[in-house]
Amino acid sequence: MSTVLPPAAGGSAAPTDPALDTGGGTGLWKDAFLRLRRNPQAIVGAIIIGLFLLVAALAPILAPYGGNDLPGRTSITPTSIPGPGEIDGFPLGLDRFGGDVLSKLIWGAQASLLIGVVSTTLGLAGGMLLGILSGGLGGWVDTVIMRFVDILLSIPSLLLAVSIAAVLGQSPYAIMIAIAVAQIPIFARLLRSSMLSQRGADYILAARTLGLSRSTITMSHLLPNSMGPLIVQATLTLATAVIDAAALSFLGLGGGLPQTAEWGRMLTYAQAELAVAPQLAFLPGACIVITALGFTLLGESLREALDPKTRRK
Amino acid sequence: MSNSGTPVRPRLVKKRAALTAGISIGALLLTGCVQSEREENTGAEGEGAVDSTFVFAASADPKSLDPAFASDGESFRVSRQIFEGLVGVKEGTPDPEPLLADSWEISEDGLSTTFTLKEGVKFHDGTDFNADAVCFNFDRWYNWTGLQQAPSVSPYYNDLFRGFADKPEEAIYESCEVNGDNEATVKLAKPFAGFIPALSLPAFAMQSPTALEQYKADEIGGSAESPEQSEYAKGHPVGTGPFKFESWDVGQQLDLSIFEDYWGEKGQITETIFRIIDDPQARRQALEAGTIDGYDLVAPADTQSLKDAGYNVVARDPFTILYLGFNHKIEQLANPQVREAIAHAIDKEALVNQTLPEGTKVATQFIPDVVDGYNEDVSTYDFDPEKAKELLAEAGYPDGFEIQFNYPTNISRPYMPTPEQVFTNLQAQLADVGITVTPTPAAWSPDYLDQIQGTEDHGLHLLGWTGDYNDTDNFIGVFFGQEKPEFGFNNPELFAALDEARGMSDRDEQTKAYEEINQQIAEFIPAIPLAHPAPSLAFNERVTSYPASPVNDEVFTNIELSK
Amino acid sequence: MLRVIGKRIALLIPTLFGLSILLFLWVRSLPGGPATALLGEKATPEAVARVNELYGFDRPLLTQYFTYIGKLLQGDFGVSTNTGRPVLEEFATRFPATIELTVVALIFAIGVGIPLGYLAARYYGRFVDHSSVVLSLIGITVPVFFLAFILKYLFAIQWPILPPDGRQDPRIDATHVTDFYVLDGLLTGEWDAAWDAFLHLILPGLALGTIPLAIIVRITRASVLEVQNADYVRTARAKGLLERTIRGRFVLRNAMLPVVTTIGLQLGLLISGAILTETVFAFNGIGRFLRDAIFGLDYPVLQGFIIFIAILYALINLIVDLSYSVIDPRVRVQ
Repeated sequence: MSTVLPPAAGGSAAPTDPALDTGGGTGLWKDAFLRLRRNPQAIVGAIIIGLFLLVAALAPILAPYGGNDLPGRTSITPTSIPGPGEIDGFPLGLDRFGGDVLSKLIWGAQASLLIGVVSTTLGLAGGMLLGILSGGLGGWVDTVIMRFVDILLSIPSLLLAVSIAAVLGQSPYAIMIAIAVAQIPIFARLLRSSMLSQRGADYILAARTLGLSRSTITMSHLLPNSMGPLIVQATLTLATAVIDAAALSFLGLGGGLPQTAEWGRMLTYAQAELAVAPQLAFLPGACIVITALGFTLLGESLREALDPKTRRK
Repeated sequence: MSNSGTPVRPRLVKKRAALTAGISIGALLLTGCVQSEREENTGAEGEGAVDSTFVFAASADPKSLDPAFASDGESFRVSRQIFEGLVGVKEGTPDPEPLLADSWEISEDGLSTTFTLKEGVKFHDGTDFNADAVCFNFDRWYNWTGLQQAPSVSPYYNDLFRGFADKPEEAIYESCEVNGDNEATVKLAKPFAGFIPALSLPAFAMQSPTALEQYKADEIGGSAESPEQSEYAKGHPVGTGPFKFESWDVGQQLDLSIFEDYWGEKGQITETIFRIIDDPQARRQALEAGTIDGYDLVAPADTQSLKDAGYNVVARDPFTILYLGFNHKIEQLANPQVREAIAHAIDKEALVNQTLPEGTKVATQFIPDVVDGYNEDVSTYDFDPEKAKELLAEAGYPDGFEIQFNYPTNISRPYMPTPEQVFTNLQAQLADVGITVTPTPAAWSPDYLDQIQGTEDHGLHLLGWTGDYNDTDNFIGVFFGQEKPEFGFNNPELFAALDEARGMSDRDEQTKAYEEINQQIAEFIPAIPLAHPAPSLAFNERVTSYPASPVNDEVFTNIELSK
Repeated sequence: MLRVIGKRIALLIPTLFGLSILLFLWVRSLPGGPATALLGEKATPEAVARVNELYGFDRPLLTQYFTYIGKLLQGDFGVSTNTGRPVLEEFATRFPATIELTVVALIFAIGVGIPLGYLAARYYGRFVDHSSVVLSLIGITVPVFFLAFILKYLFAIQWPILPPDGRQDPRIDATHVTDFYVLDGLLTGEWDAAWDAFLHLILPGLALGTIPLAIIVRITRASVLEVQNADYVRTARAKGLLERTIRGRFVLRNAMLPVVTTIGLQLGLLISGAILTETVFAFNGIGRFLRDAIFGLDYPVLQGFIIFIAILYALINLIVDLSYSVIDPRVRVQ
């Protein structure tokens, strides 16, 4: 399921505070952007994401029918589901419920975007809160929080998500919250280790000698400089959220109407008809893979662009 | 694994040892011998070219090999091969016929039944089946205590015989008397018209008293939190049936082999393997790949394509009911006009054609037509959306209303192969008359069942039932016999009528009473009977005949194989 | 070092204690009581009440918690509500299957992942690099159950060269000594049984292996990239050592450390993957058992498994943390 990524190779031990280095075009982020533009992987990723966002935003215009509509309800029987091109007005055919597959794929982009963004934001926020407290304060706070994070991390993320979804009952929010909570420990640990590796850096020592308060150091120096791996991870989480949502649907979680236009849901229901209508599984499956690939390509390129080790080459 | 008395055929001996156990050279040598004998054995038996091993895909492990403590379909499927009851089921019908009892006589008052037993029947452990064994079984059930009495542990005895020895005033059973080797008289404390058909249930099959005692069948639960199966139920079931238990690799497969001393026809199959495959699609794929010979509960979508590919698809006669339940505690649903409106809003034909398997019949009442008390002339409500809207307007809802609609997910029941599709279909039909539903899905067990049966937190819901044997009370008595959270109505008249009918000892009188009750229910509309779905099985081409039974009484000796 | 280990193990106790409270509260906050789970369609209100009473679900929470923790301390994980067998017994019969599967998955992932990652780093920015990166990315972006379906559809149904489900052909009468089927076949000399069991591992092994594969490729690549520019490699090069010696002795060896630790951390991922893979292939391991437990809310099994996996994870984590401090003295184990 979700990917626990190792901290970016090595910690940056630059003697100057990169976050304060705003002069000219050599800033960390600007430099990264320039490098991204030259990376074919990043470009492919960006194009995919761009298309995906466009489809999600324009769904009401692009889709012939509403996401939950069943325009072909009377055209299906238990033993026959019209496939692509077999019936007028439904270019990609119908699904088991009588929904228009094309419309559902389009609306599905919106649903996936929503799940991805909401769960990543929640997970990131929760993880940052714990990470800042832990990495910034250290001491017993760190110990307690890290113990808690360890407990959460020790539960396989799918099991954790399922346990949470089981308590929340079947609703679309349950899936988002479940994915978010399963991400919290990953973000928390990542931020903490990133801050830990920065703590001994020269510019922090310098700030400390200047007599800056602990919270100032944490918030305006430690945190901004530790954000790189988190942003990368967040981009990647957008991808895993889409995949995880599909896995949770597969395990029978997620609420709302059964015919909800959501790729994971479509893929799940398609399994019962795999033998008679394989396209019902392959189309949403392909959408999931392509979208997740887009986010991952972008995230990976971003990681590489931000990585001082490869940067130096 | 072996039962004392019968020689164990070496080819099926399986060694199981704890993970930590070392492997001795002796064991290696022994298994080596087993290996070579096994090779000699295979192929030598069976009829000519027929592969006498039959592999059937089960959807789950049996919950218990002791049928008295079971209620799930997979336990019963296995039980039906190992055990037999006093009463059997006439092939292809839900009706009782003699099995281990050659005949029986019921006294005038209906309280005492004398069974004349089949002679020369032996249990798999070599002990004789006789009147002592019959009474041993009856007394065993009656004398259960503590956890054994929990409705979840012994559901069928609880449902049908009501009470135990420690509370004789509640019990229907009174005593069992041995009159010589082959005659036993069972006395009941109260009349129970369904007594004989009830005995055809696997839960009341005859088990070997020796084995029950030896493997401590009644010792369940080390802990009270969740009951633990007895030694007997985990691996030592002993009955009189055509197949005897060999081994059970939990989660993987369960092996049975033919009982050489079986009193009846042994058929072509000498070894039966239940392979456990929980995913319906995976069962189909296993059939296509040839690892199994057949499976149950074929997905409606698959029936046609399997037939086209040359597989045999066998549909059972429907002995099921699927209904749309109403929670009468909800203001709108308490209104009879609204219930009638919904009855007119639903196009059952369309629902059956679009979502339910071939062979499904549209339902007009809560029992299938082969059950006694089926009323041909019951009031029906035609599909008429305009009338539905009018009725809604009269009831004070001209613009319709919004209501919760509960349905289970990821489950396939014989009466409801695809609940999500049924829900979707009904939801759209209701929307056409202005009733907007709030979809409320839940996982089948425990969430859904608990929500429907344990709480008032539901509006419309989908549920149903597969009959166990030909008994009307087994359907409508279960549904509407008392006030339940599922329906939330209190209709003393209906409750009393059902109670009275249940206790009648005259079958004709009872049938008439049930016909009237069915009309009473049709007018009251406590819920809407939707359909009697027909569950299907699929087999590969070598299975030429399968004894499909509406009540799943399918014994594998009756299977015919062509190769 | 020993003191650190002792301290960490001591810390495990409050962790597990916290976990037990979380788990206990989790079960009690589930919608629907445990009673109806046991009763099915025919549950009457009296039956529910009776089951609650018998099983003690109606006792005060604190009492129930102490009963629960008391049993846990005695090693009693309870009885599965799905199967009516002790949870530990269930784990013992199913773990070998999952271990077998995981070993095959890891052999595949490591065997393919490390060479691929190494080549990608060595030919950084070239075609090999891009294609291995994209390949590994697809590996993580395909939902594992979807991949499992495709593999099964192609290689068991369309071209039936491998078995579609289970651990062994039902018609094979194999002797099971250790419950590791391949090993059993080898030990008892039932070669066909061992071969058959191995064939049953290939498709699920491939499906499960793609997740760690993708990660191993990426870590190997990143790690080799980092090491091959390290000062000591440059020094070695300056000394004029053979390129082959440099790559073998310095680069690969040093690059392997993070790879090894990462593999250790994939445990949770593999378990999650096993739940999905074993379900698709009807493979009778711990993953499928957990899936059934999830569906049926078999809470004794879920509780027991989470506690078990937490202990395992804590131990692995400890080893990883210790190795961090060995590799990088700047990070001290706390």
